[in-house]
Amino acid sequence: MQGTWNADPPADRNRPSTMNISTILDMAAEAFGERVALVVGDERYTYAALREAALRAAARIQASGARCVALLDVASPATPIAVFAAAYAGVPYVPLNYRLTAPELNELVERIAPALLITIDDYRKLLVPRADLGILDRGEFLALPPLDGAPPQPAEDPRAIAVQLFTSGTTGKPKAAILRHENLMSYIVGTVEFGAADEDDAIVVTVPPYHIAGISAVLSSTYACRRMVLLPNFEPRAWLEAMRREKVSNAFLVPTMLGRIVDHLVEHGAAPDLPALRALAYGGGKMPLSTIAKAMQLFPGVDFTNAYGLTETSSTIAVLGPDDHRAAAASDDPLVRRRLASVGRPAAVEIEIRDDDGKVLGPEEAGMVYVRGPQVSGEYLSLGSQLDADGWFPTKDRGYLDAEGYLFLDGRADDVIVRGGENISPGEIEDVLLSHPAVADCACVAMPDEQWGEAVAAAIVLKDGAAVDAAELQELVKGRLRSSRVPQAIVFKDALPYNETGKVLRRVIRQEFAG
Amino acid sequence: MATALKPGSRFKSAVCETQVMVVKAPAGEHDLRCGGAPMVAPTDSAGGEPDAAFGGPTLIGKRYVNADESLELLCTKGGKGGLSLGTTPLEVKQAKQLPSSD
Repeated sequence: MQGTWNADPPADRNRPSTMNISTILDMAAEAFGERVALVVGDERYTYAALREAALRAAARIQASGARCVALLDVASPATPIAVFAAAYAGVPYVPLNYRLTAPELNELVERIAPALLITIDDYRKLLVPRADLGILDRGEFLALPPLDGAPPQPAEDPRAIAVQLFTSGTTGKPKAAILRHENLMSYIVGTVEFGAADEDDAIVVTVPPYHIAGISAVLSSTYACRRMVLLPNFEPRAWLEAMRREKVSNAFLVPTMLGRIVDHLVEHGAAPDLPALRALAYGGGKMPLSTIAKAMQLFPGVDFTNAYGLTETSSTIAVLGPDDHRAAAASDDPLVRRRLASVGRPAAVEIEIRDDDGKVLGPEEAGMVYVRGPQVSGEYLSLGSQLDADGWFPTKDRGYLDAEGYLFLDGRADDVIVRGGENISPGEIEDVLLSHPAVADCACVAMPDEQWGEAVAAAIVLKDGAAVDAAELQELVKGRLRSSRVPQAIVFKDALPYNETGKVLRRVIRQEFAG
Repeated sequence: MATALKPGSRFKSAVCETQVMVVKAPAGEHDLRCGGAPMVAPTDSAGGEPDAAFGGPTLIGKRYVNADESLELLCTKGGKGGLSLGTTPLEVKQAKQLPSSD
């Protein structure tokens, strides 16, 4: 090989390009090694211990020859360890939804093999054994032997994939969204101040590991050096207990969780009694106005933040901050007051609204939400990048901006009902139906119609003991909106189908009306 | 000693503990220094003392930029020396503080 030596090596020879999310943990361990990083039940890890565990796991991953690391488990210390271990080992981290059925899970495993999968007995029995799937029990993953040699080196490629997340598939087959190290590092460095947390700060994380908010919570908390308290199963009483026990200062919730906490407190006529709590962030779905208004009353001194983001954008792209919440709640100006229902202003990205022909729209004009910025991946395996020539990603969310740049969302583009060429947003009809005192919950979807192509159908859940007939609800919509908005078919249900992060499964409801 | 700065590239100080990662940089070669001495590859060995005339310390987690913010470095390990491009010191980038959203 001597003949290939170059007497004048390239200047970059020893300058590996290593933009890699493992840097986040390296920095936390360097600056705050002895601070508690993670609490799950009685188990505690410092940043130094978390790094050591992640490095041991990375060595195990590299030795396995796996092309990715999958996690099929509820939240545990293995969650953040697997995120960083995959990064140190230079392979994608792929958390799987443990609520899927066995056939659905095995289909996803087929798509990611050869893989090393970390799980527990409950889920292991769902998996069909295969030669290219290594399975590691969580207990074993958390008790790996000390490193025998140099620590693994992260991949030398900022374009490397850090995380692969299967979308929830509310409209069809799950897509494999990919987030590169450069996307996630850009998001973290651009929106979080390193080491900004005080020694006593803590955040309770209740979103599951396979949700983008679960991943960004790990990265953001580690970079802020804020103690993470993981709660494997959300339940209002357990959440309140964990908040008190750990003297938690911050929490992130999806709207359904905040709704359940509010209901729990109202039901028990109790004040939250959380003196350490300073900030509650929420996102991941539409927040009912009544829930956030009630929550602000129940937690008067707490800073509320609404975070809007997508898997494909490395999490948060717009933020409605605490001052926005207070100004909206206190204002008599309807244009300010309605901002409680907005998702706020762009964070570290640009946002614009376009019509169906791609024309950029002005304030108050509704269309599709587009986003651009270094944190935006907008990319799926096999489908490739969905960014346009100028780098804009179509979110497939509909919405509009107000004159001051506050973004209001109006449902998914896929959910729009097209009746005789007219685009109808289910949200406006649902808002009217929900205003009826007998209606507890509802969802409007498209149903096939010979005359119009599509027509409006509504699934209604009544409040306990309440009664109303379909004709009365149809009259209500006709009176408030237009006749084209009147649901042609109405069914009454005991409950609507939701996924675990509070997204209503319109696909399931549509099937009901498809016949 | 001018060198190309690519996003993700890492450098360490020749004269203190400082380490940085390039977040963004204009094309071309740049004279990146810490404590007055050209920064070196993470694997290179070095020695000496930082020149106090170049400011410092450099703080972990802070982002350092040039005047038009076309160059941005993230300090991944703090040290005594100050960062500069040639003899022009880099400034700490004022973070756009966002409320914690996740």
